[in-house]
Amino acid sequence: MDRIPILRMGEFLLVTIQVDMHDQLALTLQDDLTAQITRTGARGVLIDISSLDVVDSFIGRMLGSIASMARLMNAETVVVGMQPSVAITLVELGLTLHGIRTALDVEKGMALLRASAAGRRRA
Amino acid sequence: MPVLKEETVAIGSDADVVLVRQLVRRRAQELRFSLVDQTKLVTAASELARNALEHGRGGEMLLQVLQDPPRSGLRLVFADQGPGIANVELAMKDGYTTGGGLGLGLGGAKRLVNEFAVESTPGKGTRITVTKWH
Repeated sequence: MDRIPILRMGEFLLVTIQVDMHDQLALTLQDDLTAQITRTGARGVLIDISSLDVVDSFIGRMLGSIASMARLMNAETVVVGMQPSVAITLVELGLTLHGIRTALDVEKGMALLRASAAGRRRA
Repeated sequence: MPVLKEETVAIGSDADVVLVRQLVRRRAQELRFSLVDQTKLVTAASELARNALEHGRGGEMLLQVLQDPPRSGLRLVFADQGPGIANVELAMKDGYTTGGGLGLGLGGAKRLVNEFAVESTPGKGTRITVTKWH
């Protein structure tokens, strides 16, 4: 079965979504990511959606679920690279992805995760 | 109004929802829709195809390329033989869902297109027609 690869970078997990996801693929990603967080003790998850030219309510809901699940497992999620046309469409659709942290690109997203992990270590 | 081209896609699995998105994207590109308008129409099509699959037990999409000079447009008709929608007005409201989703499908799709019509007969099925002009 198809799977979206999950890369490990230090204490973070990196997912680049490059295919037009069908629903089952999205659900598999959810399962794989939560399993990987447990196995690696990752402190953050970065999801790069810059190749996605459509985010509908199903994929939006999946991103929200991943962020909530990861948070319960002590990992932060940052979604990066959303295309402007996708952002415009999502807001008009009524999906504001409330509660999901975002950054413009992978580099800024990683910086956000590092700062957040450092902050939590100090606390 | 002259219909330049007609195509039908069966919607029987979530892989078909992907096919619907790809076909709508291709035709919208051919008609030189702006990137934002392409994205809006493809997103609306994805919501409605998933509706037909989840609530209508599958169905089909009819795509029509319309010519109404100086405008051109894309009309998508999603038809299923599912249980139908008992209360269309309620179903259009954001947050209303019977399927465990976010309930943004119908109302959200309406905001993404220029014309939107629902015909539904309980017990017989639902037909949703959307049009986007360029």
